[in-house]
Amino acid sequence: MIWNETVECMSREEMRKLQGIRLKRVVERVYHNCEPYRKRMQEAGVSPEDIRSIDDIVKLPFTSKKDLRDNYPFGLLSAPMSEIVRVHASSGTTGKPIVVGLTRNDLAVWEESGARCLTAYGLGKNDTVQVSYGYGLFTGGLGAHAAVENIGGTVIPISSGNTQKQIMIMHDLGAKALACTPSYALYLAEALAQSGYPREEFQLEVGVFGAEPWTEAMRKDIEHKLGIKAYDIYGLTEVMGPGVGFECECQNGTHLNEDHFYPEVINPETGIPVAPGEEGELVFTTLTKEGMPMIRFRTRDLTHLIYEKCECGRTLVRMGRILGRCDDMLIIRGVNVFPSQIESVICTMEEVEPHFFITVDRVNNTDTFEIQVEVKEGHYSDEMGKMIALKKKVAHEIQSVVGLQPDIKLVEPRFLERSEGKVKRVLDKRVFKND
Amino acid sequence: MIVKQLSVFLENKTGRLNDVADILGKAGINMTAFSVADNSDFGILRVIVSDPEKALEVLKSNKFAVSLTDVICLHAPNTPGSLSSILHILQRENVYIEYMYAFSEGKGANVIIRPDKMEAGVEALKNNKIELIAANDLYRF
Ligand SMILES: [Zn+2]
Repeated sequence: MIWNETVECMSREEMRKLQGIRLKRVVERVYHNCEPYRKRMQEAGVSPEDIRSIDDIVKLPFTSKKDLRDNYPFGLLSAPMSEIVRVHASSGTTGKPIVVGLTRNDLAVWEESGARCLTAYGLGKNDTVQVSYGYGLFTGGLGAHAAVENIGGTVIPISSGNTQKQIMIMHDLGAKALACTPSYALYLAEALAQSGYPREEFQLEVGVFGAEPWTEAMRKDIEHKLGIKAYDIYGLTEVMGPGVGFECECQNGTHLNEDHFYPEVINPETGIPVAPGEEGELVFTTLTKEGMPMIRFRTRDLTHLIYEKCECGRTLVRMGRILGRCDDMLIIRGVNVFPSQIESVICTMEEVEPHFFITVDRVNNTDTFEIQVEVKEGHYSDEMGKMIALKKKVAHEIQSVVGLQPDIKLVEPRFLERSEGKVKRVLDKRVFKND
Repeated sequence: MIVKQLSVFLENKTGRLNDVADILGKAGINMTAFSVADNSDFGILRVIVSDPEKALEVLKSNKFAVSLTDVICLHAPNTPGSLSSILHILQRENVYIEYMYAFSEGKGANVIIRPDKMEAGVEALKNNKIELIAANDLYRF
């Protein structure tokens, strides 16, 4: 099912025309209403008159997370406070959060985007959706909530936490879909299995998972444990919450609502757009946002874009799986290595725990690549030969994915840091002079 | 006879071996024999203790990677060639030794053997009248 066929199946040519018109409008808005944007454009020697089509976007300067922090809280607003009807904030890992302001029209665009997502997952007005994202400053809860209402479905605004109650409500109210983070879905799956409720008494069929990166291995795990189909919903606070993109039934990339959120992929070092389909840093321009438009916002996420029409019938551009963040990418002996790749290997091996720690160093002008892994209980052997064979096996599996042989170091159980939140998994001891 | 050996995975960090000895000591567990196999980044401590089950429990609760392994313990005279004759017995029956360690005291020596085939190993040694040491006797040393 497609919510807005006119836009979602628009020809590429028409889409580019629409994007060009909208880009011009949003550039005029920020230039005339937002001092930091105007200054930045003047420094770059570009004015709104220079923007005639979507191709002219490359003339515009980038916006970074730092710009949002420097202008905390409302410095980047391009609408008067009288038009701002809601704020959201991202949980900054250090210092102040990032605050965004939304107008009534911004909320309407968000609801529209969310409706496209839910419709693609096969949900409609007869369906009940349990929204277990947190409600509050975080965009997840209210974003998903509005999307369900927009398609005419029934929303259970349970928010996050209290797992036993989540299970009871899901069971008693017959939720067909669950919207939450993939890690919470996994947690819930285990709690559900122990809850005593038979699986067949649940109506649950669909998972609407986002707000954090997840791997294909995790998807399989969730689908298997919950007995559902799990879809990715993509969003980021700075651009808009959940609804910037979504997976269709083909699950061959995340469709982006590019009539509102224009994506580019650039070389993170040079800032120059890469050839279509190539890997690089994802950049968004919000084409219709009023409250706090983002012009060429650098996400630091690494991915690629697929412009071919999808088998589902949509022409909306698709984004490949996010490989990791620019900040996370390690270049070891000239090979790009992402911690997410290591994770995907480690998670599928039954002999080791899903925890690891990468240490990169430079010894005699050669990069060293060491990964500490914990052996799972029951897989420790009293025989040295077996332990060395296990080391080799882990190294081999990682090499087959990453293309580089790591030095595996087996460590004692629970030696590696466990945490609910973000875990530091990399130590790069090399000093780069060109940084 | 067959005795339970404690196998502990240890990182090559200073003090880890001492940690194990300390934990066992505080739990009132005596070590009868031990050996360490190691490579550049980790080691495997193999130890015969007075109370294997209890040792397993206390080490586990202290987050050590530990397991119990069956090994053979036998007594041999402390004379030239006695070990060789024992090894011959096992070799004849195609029982291979994964590892072994020994400790002698006076006239005799106790040998711990981890064979690849436990039953065949015990059988071969029994048939050749080798003195096997039962768990209870060993722990009392
Ligand atoms: Zn599609």
